[in-house]
Amino acid sequence: MSPAEYDYLRQFLKSRSGLVLSNEKQYLIESRLLPVARKAGLQSIAALVAKLKEPRETALAEAVVEAMTTNESFFYRDKTPFEHFTQMMMPELLKARASQKKIRIWCAAASTGQEPYTLAMCLKEMESKLAGWRIEILGTDISNEVLDRAKAGTYTQFEVQRGLPIQLLLKYFTQQGESWTISPQLRSMVQWKKFNLLDSFASFGQFDIVFCRNVLIYFDQATKVDILGRIAKTMAPDGYLVLGAAETVVGLTDAFKPAPDRRGLYVPATAATAQPAPRFSALAGAARV
Amino acid sequence: MKTCLVVDDSSVIRKVARRILEDLSFTILEAEDGQQALEKCQETMPDAILLDWNMPVMDGLEFLAQLRKLDGGDTPKVVFCTTENDVGHIARAIRAGANEYIMKPFDREIVEAKFQEVGLL
Ligand SMILES: C[S@@+](CC[C@H](N)C(=O)[O-])C[C@H]1O[C@@H](n2cnc3c(N)ncnc32)[C@H](O)[C@@H]1O
Repeated sequence: MSPAEYDYLRQFLKSRSGLVLSNEKQYLIESRLLPVARKAGLQSIAALVAKLKEPRETALAEAVVEAMTTNESFFYRDKTPFEHFTQMMMPELLKARASQKKIRIWCAAASTGQEPYTLAMCLKEMESKLAGWRIEILGTDISNEVLDRAKAGTYTQFEVQRGLPIQLLLKYFTQQGESWTISPQLRSMVQWKKFNLLDSFASFGQFDIVFCRNVLIYFDQATKVDILGRIAKTMAPDGYLVLGAAETVVGLTDAFKPAPDRRGLYVPATAATAQPAPRFSALAGAARV
Repeated sequence: MKTCLVVDDSSVIRKVARRILEDLSFTILEAEDGQQALEKCQETMPDAILLDWNMPVMDGLEFLAQLRKLDGGDTPKVVFCTTENDVGHIARAIRAGANEYIMKPFDREIVEAKFQEVGLL
């Protein structure tokens, strides 16, 4: 592919999905996009680029964006975020939301669904404390292909052996040959939506917990700052943000600060001042009952 | 250093498992069937046991039942590693006191994930 074609594709991907490719990722583009080109009846990357420049090539554009995403995920990935979730975030929010009895969780780069389903399993395991509560989990991703897999909830033998304890496999999955499908009950706990993190979050309302893991790593600094800033605005002041093991807010934004002694966990920077008031009123409300 | 007893009648599997587990800093002992494994455990209890199901002389499930009756036999973490990968077999193994279960074919990543799961890493 010519330098001009490479530059075009880099620009294209950056503006469509935020993906930043360094100078020497031609091989990656070729290995991921040649199959996309062939499927569209095109013989080369050059032909693909020419086609992308035509107006209204939305299906092809989407296919190109999807093909360049990295979708690796696994159940209970990194473990500690899910310990924070059951041991700290949920207990705190169960106190703070005692009057509304509603908690909203967003997995902002849900991929094939392991992350939202892990949260669903964590919730199921603490079910006795959740009677009368409405807990929403929204899983979004830019790729239709991974969302279809997430909705189906069917995983290979390999996928269910990375991070998922065997007891939970037995408890929540059914087996068909070499594949395993998560129970309808857990599936019904998660809603799915195709969504690009570069687009406005305005229609989402407010979240109490946001998992945005292993996606910011693909973006440049300005895009990270922008997304983190907008996540902060869509979060409850006493909510929680969880990033991937290789990601941080430090040096990027003042909108969040690290939660003390909780690796990978962040709270809105306004939390220190905003938190006592709603907590106090929630407690007072509970005391009156 | 922690010790892991690898119990499998296939020398190829034992070799593959040994390589993976040595990289994870385990000292490896080997046994070809449940009977041999039981004798090794009576000498010294390992920290971990990677256990095949179908073996001549004594199979994995019977070995596990015998092991758990031994003095100190409740301490080793037992991870099954077998081609018996249906729900029925898995449930039986867990009821018999297995800590984790690997469905073959396996790779480095799965072994590592499962050993982490039982708290050995
Ligand atoms: C490596 S996966 C992370 C999955 C999961 N959060 C985890 O940590 O295991 C990254 C996901 O981000 C999605 N993604 C990439 N760019 C995106 C964008 N601009 N908007 C929404 N999702 C995006 C990809 O499709 C991919 O499924």
